[in-house]
Amino acid sequence: MKPVKRIIEKTAKGVLFTSSMVTSVTVLLVVIFLFREGIGLFNQTSVEKHLVIAVNSANRVSALSSTEVKSIFNQDITNWKEVGGDDIEIAPKTIDDMASLFTEEELGEGFKNLAILIEKYVEENPGVIASIPESYLKKEFKGKLIPLKKISVREFLTGTEWIPTAHPAAVFGAWPLILGTLWVSLGAILLALPIGLITAIYMAEVAGQRLRNILKPVIELLSGIPSVVYGFFGLVVLVPLIQKLFKLDVGETALAGSIVLAIMALPTIITIAEDAIRTTPRALKEASLALGASHFQTLLKVTIPYAKSGIIAAIILGIGRAVGETMAVLMVTGNASVVPHTFLEPVRTIPATIAAELGEAPFGGTHFKALFALGIILFIMTFIFNTLVSTVKTRKP
Amino acid sequence: MPDYKVEVKNLDLFYGDFQALKKINFTAEPNTVTAFIGPSGCGKSTLLRMFNRMNDLIDGVHFTGEVYIDGNDIFAKNIDVDNLRKTVGMVFQKPNPFPKSIFENVAYGLRVNGVSDKHFIEKKVIDSIKKAALWDEVKDKLKKSAMELSGGQQQRLCIARALAVEPALILMDEPASALDPISTGKIEDLIFELKNQYSIIIVTHNMQQAGRVSDYTAFFYMGELVEWNKTKTIFTSPDDIRTQNYITGRFG
Amino acid sequence: MTRKQLKQIIAFNFFRLVSLMVVCILFIILGFIMLKGIKVINWEFLTAMPKDGMTGGGIFPAIVGTLCLIAGSMIFAFPIGVMSAIYMNEYLKESFLKKFIRTMTNNLAGIPSIVFGLFGMALFVNTLKFGDSIIAGSLTLGLMVLPVIIRTTEEALKSVDDSLRIGSYALGATRLQTISKVVIPVAMPNILTGLILSIGRVSGETAPILFTVAAYFLPKLPSGIFDQVMALPYHLYVLTTSGTNMEQARPMAYGTAFVLIMIVLILNLLANLIRRIAGKKTKMN
Ligand SMILES: Nc1ncnc2c1ncn2[C@@H]1O[C@H](COP(=O)(O)OP(=O)(O)O)[C@@H](O)[C@H]1O
Ligand SMILES: [Mg+2]
Repeated sequence: MKPVKRIIEKTAKGVLFTSSMVTSVTVLLVVIFLFREGIGLFNQTSVEKHLVIAVNSANRVSALSSTEVKSIFNQDITNWKEVGGDDIEIAPKTIDDMASLFTEEELGEGFKNLAILIEKYVEENPGVIASIPESYLKKEFKGKLIPLKKISVREFLTGTEWIPTAHPAAVFGAWPLILGTLWVSLGAILLALPIGLITAIYMAEVAGQRLRNILKPVIELLSGIPSVVYGFFGLVVLVPLIQKLFKLDVGETALAGSIVLAIMALPTIITIAEDAIRTTPRALKEASLALGASHFQTLLKVTIPYAKSGIIAAIILGIGRAVGETMAVLMVTGNASVVPHTFLEPVRTIPATIAAELGEAPFGGTHFKALFALGIILFIMTFIFNTLVSTVKTRKP
Repeated sequence: MPDYKVEVKNLDLFYGDFQALKKINFTAEPNTVTAFIGPSGCGKSTLLRMFNRMNDLIDGVHFTGEVYIDGNDIFAKNIDVDNLRKTVGMVFQKPNPFPKSIFENVAYGLRVNGVSDKHFIEKKVIDSIKKAALWDEVKDKLKKSAMELSGGQQQRLCIARALAVEPALILMDEPASALDPISTGKIEDLIFELKNQYSIIIVTHNMQQAGRVSDYTAFFYMGELVEWNKTKTIFTSPDDIRTQNYITGRFG
Repeated sequence: MTRKQLKQIIAFNFFRLVSLMVVCILFIILGFIMLKGIKVINWEFLTAMPKDGMTGGGIFPAIVGTLCLIAGSMIFAFPIGVMSAIYMNEYLKESFLKKFIRTMTNNLAGIPSIVFGLFGMALFVNTLKFGDSIIAGSLTLGLMVLPVIIRTTEEALKSVDDSLRIGSYALGATRLQTISKVVIPVAMPNILTGLILSIGRVSGETAPILFTVAAYFLPKLPSGIFDQVMALPYHLYVLTTSGTNMEQARPMAYGTAFVLIMIVLILNLLANLIRRIAGKKTKMN
């Protein structure tokens, strides 16, 4: 070979190799960036920046968690003994509460006296807890500043409230969102599975050429329709229908999400299950028929059992698709971040939460990081589904 | 006892435009073994698969002519195909046990034909495995997967599976061609045993095998049934030069 | 008729019914949106800027934006995807590396689109300081559809008969020559089908562009790759869920959904056409 030719061959191979690494590098980068932002959440407290929590210097409580702070300001916790202090009534005061305690004269021009007044007030009231902007904190403040516990992974995963805008401490409990995601996806799979599998079986084994020629492009089209169009259709058709049918106040429910997702998961389930069913060797089917089994019996007893692992893969991928879907769900589920109890209530999924809130979350702040942490949960979920699929698929029948 | 005679009248069969069988006229007498021989691609399997209507499953097959089994036109409108296939057992070229236990493989035919009496099934399964000369080798592992058996054992299991539904006619499509010589010998012995109770049609391209096991032999060539006669006659004094050439190994 | 047959007839008819239901679902969705949308479609709708708080005018900037994103993402994702598939199929034997790349590609394909949105925002918008821009959105979308391109290209390459490669080598052609002169031309139609599929995907995705490029309302055309743009799917989302007068914006939403559906229909038709032509060609040989 001429040297020039060889150099060209070598270069080409190098370029091709580099291209082939792009997907791997991307996955790696996705992991890095998700974790870089998301893990940061557990290094923080959820109290807004520049805000400190102050109590009377005699108060024995040494630290509070974000949830406790939120509960105190919500007056769900009303006595210090509930958080390990003395038996004293808690008096929560935001900066606005503080300011309204004093007259304009007392506060002075541009609130110049506020810092002194706050210190005095905190020192005079043993039960007080105040959230104070750092700028209104007097130098050598005599009261006690309560350090906040960092957000813990457990608190994040199992917390039952997601209130990113709560004041003074936001609450990031992902549990309702995780449950919402699983509920909606599970509902979707329950609806899509029978329909999808039956259609797959019908296409692979029963339908004549003509019907198959209709079904194939139908399924391709179904998978090609953008999710936002499904969401739109769900919003203008399904949601009002559900509202009327079940006489609800709002039609945006988990059920609406499940139905839309079911339609969206159908193509995935049908295509993969059909491929799996087609792998059943003709010889086995013929053996069954030759023994006098009907076509239907053969289907139930030979074809489907043989294709079992492929069918399971189809189910898992269907769930995976549903779990990660964003826009359609965002548009039809009503997005209430509460732990769901029935399918006729609004729910909120992880992807929908990210999509709805990231635009408003200040860059690099706690809320921002919490949304990336949600991204990590989602990523791990889909990673598990993918791994499951490949292990199921490599298992021999 | 019905006499399960097989008769083929003026059969022409096409795969699409391709004619695979040409004007076949043929009769197989009850309780005999008939061998189909001929070079590969000459239509032996195609004809065999007519007898249990296996060709129904293949797109684009069409034919003219008639096939009678036990005096009945098996392509008549009122024929129950499942039942036909139950009465006509089939053993395929490659062993094709189901990925189930040995026991379930043999019980399968009974179950799909509506038998649910446990004791009867058990008795029948054991019986069939014994008839297929497999009992000694598998009696301790009936619950094991059939896929763990050797190729020869698998093929005898497939024969046991066919026997369990009590067919009157058994079709065998080169049942030993995928097996080693020892397994082949066992299968041939088995066919010899079975021929007292069943009519058997066996496709083979192994002349010795045809000579050893069959009473009648039919020679096919490029879709035609060239001739059929007592096996002895075919092997010693065939009418057609093509038969002679094939038997003496000049082609195929 | 035996019980067995009766059961079969009932079962198969039920199966058919269910399958036809799937067909009906598609036609209901398509029919509904087309019927409502077609009334809105006219020249102005397609070529004018939105006005009156997006309750009037057209969707021209969103169409242009989506075209920019298609072009931007395909310019880099298509060559990389095809080259990656060539390397996997033509150079790599079954090996750890090949398995690794395949697993990673599958994992990439499994990542939810909203996670791509997060990733694109963190990497392209913030770290690389592209800001909300066509380039940030295109890169995000491109990485997202990379697995689709790789997979379809690989399938296309696999379906090229090995005898062609061997024949080419036998004439003294190098590997690169064989690939570029023999393999790729034969596989081209199927590779193009992959391209069309990924264009469809890119034009319809919303979640990845939410935080990387999409503008809520921007009644002018972009002047460079660092500009923000409107995009059709995001526009539909905005029209239906936010904005001050959603009721008056409804017709606009139907029109936008109609355009999105038409894009999908046309691309599918195109893909099938290419497939059919390619199928005929190989049959002739
Ligand atoms: N499913 C089919 N479709 C089209 N042609 C077939 C099919 N099965 C068999 N043939 C053709 O019919 C002819 C006879 O085949 P077959 O009966 O299998 O031959 P044999 O069993 O004698 O080897 C062959 O030329 C074969 O190519
Ligand atoms: Mg044959």
